[in-house]
Amino acid sequence: MNSENKLARKKRITQNIAFGIFTAISYAIVALLFVILAFIVVKGIGVISWEFITAMPTNGMTEGGIFPAIVGTLCLVLASIIFAFPVGVFAAIYMTEYVKDGWIKKVIKQMTNNLAGVPSIVFGLFGMSLFVNKLGFGDSILAGGLTLGLLVLPVVIRTTEESLKAVDATFRQASLGLGATKWQTTSKVVLPIAFPNIITGLILSIGRVSGETAPILFTVAAYFLPKLPSSIFDQAMALPYHLYVIATSGTNIEKSRAMAYGTALILIIIVLISNLLANALRKYYGKKVKMN
Amino acid sequence: MLSGAATSVTVILIVFFLFIEGAGVFSRKPIDDGYLLAVNATNNVKTLQPSQIKDVFDKKITNWKQLGGEDRPIVLFRTSDITEYYTEEELGPNFEYFPEKINELIEKQPGIIAFFSDKYKAEKFSGKELDIDKIKVWEFLSGEEWFPTAQPIAQMGVKPLIYGTLWVSFGAILLALPIGLAAAIYLSEIAKKRTRSLLKPLIELLAGIPSVVYGFFGLVVIVPLIQSTFNLPVGETGLAGSVVLAIMALPTIITISEDAMRNTPRAMKEASLALGASKWQTIYKVVMPYSASGITAGAILGIGRAIGETMAVLMVTGNAAVIPNTLLAPVRTIPATIAAELGEAPNGGLHYEALFALGCILFLITFGINMLVELVTNRKAHKKH
Repeated sequence: MNSENKLARKKRITQNIAFGIFTAISYAIVALLFVILAFIVVKGIGVISWEFITAMPTNGMTEGGIFPAIVGTLCLVLASIIFAFPVGVFAAIYMTEYVKDGWIKKVIKQMTNNLAGVPSIVFGLFGMSLFVNKLGFGDSILAGGLTLGLLVLPVVIRTTEESLKAVDATFRQASLGLGATKWQTTSKVVLPIAFPNIITGLILSIGRVSGETAPILFTVAAYFLPKLPSSIFDQAMALPYHLYVIATSGTNIEKSRAMAYGTALILIIIVLISNLLANALRKYYGKKVKMN
Repeated sequence: MLSGAATSVTVILIVFFLFIEGAGVFSRKPIDDGYLLAVNATNNVKTLQPSQIKDVFDKKITNWKQLGGEDRPIVLFRTSDITEYYTEEELGPNFEYFPEKINELIEKQPGIIAFFSDKYKAEKFSGKELDIDKIKVWEFLSGEEWFPTAQPIAQMGVKPLIYGTLWVSFGAILLALPIGLAAAIYLSEIAKKRTRSLLKPLIELLAGIPSVVYGFFGLVVIVPLIQSTFNLPVGETGLAGSVVLAIMALPTIITISEDAMRNTPRAMKEASLALGASKWQTIYKVVMPYSASGITAGAILGIGRAIGETMAVLMVTGNAAVIPNTLLAPVRTIPATIAAELGEAPNGGLHYEALFALGCILFLITFGINMLVELVTNRKAHKKH
């Protein structure tokens, strides 16, 4: 009896220790997230001002603002989304609504996974070889946008697929039963229901695109430009590249530190907003669909 | 239909362009375009390998005998050495006699090896142009020196880069796997539903932070920390890369292993608990073995992410292309090399092609990792039935 109690006690103590460690580690990871965020917010908040957001960099990028980098990133986000969103959504529609289970579906799925696993620097190499050199776009928003578009294609496809799959089969059956064609069903019934979730994927892609550096290194990004890009064949500055440059190889690294914190904060804000917005949307519409 | 094939087409295009450009490095001589190496006509050495030429110009090889020639000391000659042999008057006011003088010199010096631009090659060249071996795939992979812009011969050995990549990535997984597993166990088995729904999005947010921000954070926080902790001359080390990569790999490992653990059938867990096992015993005797393949998949994917990561690593590892023997020294990874050097490599040149070949290696590694993950997860699917 006594020895059994001892065993049970030992068991309980081991468990408490193990669970304690796991709990502590989990909270430590979250704490780490807050440390990183807080560090950049605290150091960067003082730098951010109206001038910082709307002025050109001056004095060897140690003073002034980061306006051209913000504009460049916006251009890149737009260019890549205009390309990736329709292609990705149609690919997902094709995958969920039209292809029957079989080897074609398997291959496409595998290829999408593979594409998602390709390192971003390889996208950069590819974009440089195809868009910049072979197709002759040169270092341009077009080349960079297409490269980034290909990079987020798997993200768009996956989120769209998930949102389409989440649409209850009864909707489709009802529509088809009323005599609608497959395309009518897809476009008039399935897509509108899945739309909010698809938008979630779009927002996530925006966050991803605005933070990527490696793919734009050799396809669009410029160290410094005295004026804003005027066409899609122009080079552009971009926030992540700007941060990289002033953090590692600016004319005066110490003097441009403040600018670097500010740029990092702006980047973080964009990414956080897109993530939180996507999460909120997902939750909101998740509830709404359930209520129906 | 067409867009359904978009990803497949992209993957095929990536493979095509990467390998076309990368293959170029094996089809040409590793000497700058428009330059040549010449020896005296009586010299019976015909071809040299890139590594031999480097040793010659580094004065590690000083006699032609070592290269299979006659017993004769090697005399090095670069264009700038011309003034040691001829005065400026002899070369002419616009160096117009330069080609003839080089020709004459090569004729006079039986032991010479001369490296010069072919615009200085005399019309009636009487020396012998050396044949240089192309870089072989094996040499490329096993070569221990990476000096892609070295004169006269580029050294394209990727071994230090491959080692650097693997060291940093495995270091990262060594750090991230236990931590990630602990968090996954907590989230899936211990945490209350509410806590879980609060913590999980936060941990996933770690995956959303751009890599360049991680790099910056690593540069201003982790690098100085490592430098002062280990009392190092520089903080930019493999360890700094591993730490940053570990943070970046955490969300992948946690999400995937947590999914696998939550897939453990309830009946199995309840059976274990009913037999008197504690919750913790159930976790490590039932849940962990059951989700082993999922955990493996998470770890492998984490390694894949780490191997391909560019910016963060580029910013914190110091980028020294030497074969590492400690994580406390600067190392250089494949992606960082591409990012750092492609901007300076002339389009279509040897260096450019070598960087694409690096891209091929990187692509193959990550492709293999994806396939491995597929294999691991499929095996689990089969076991279930």
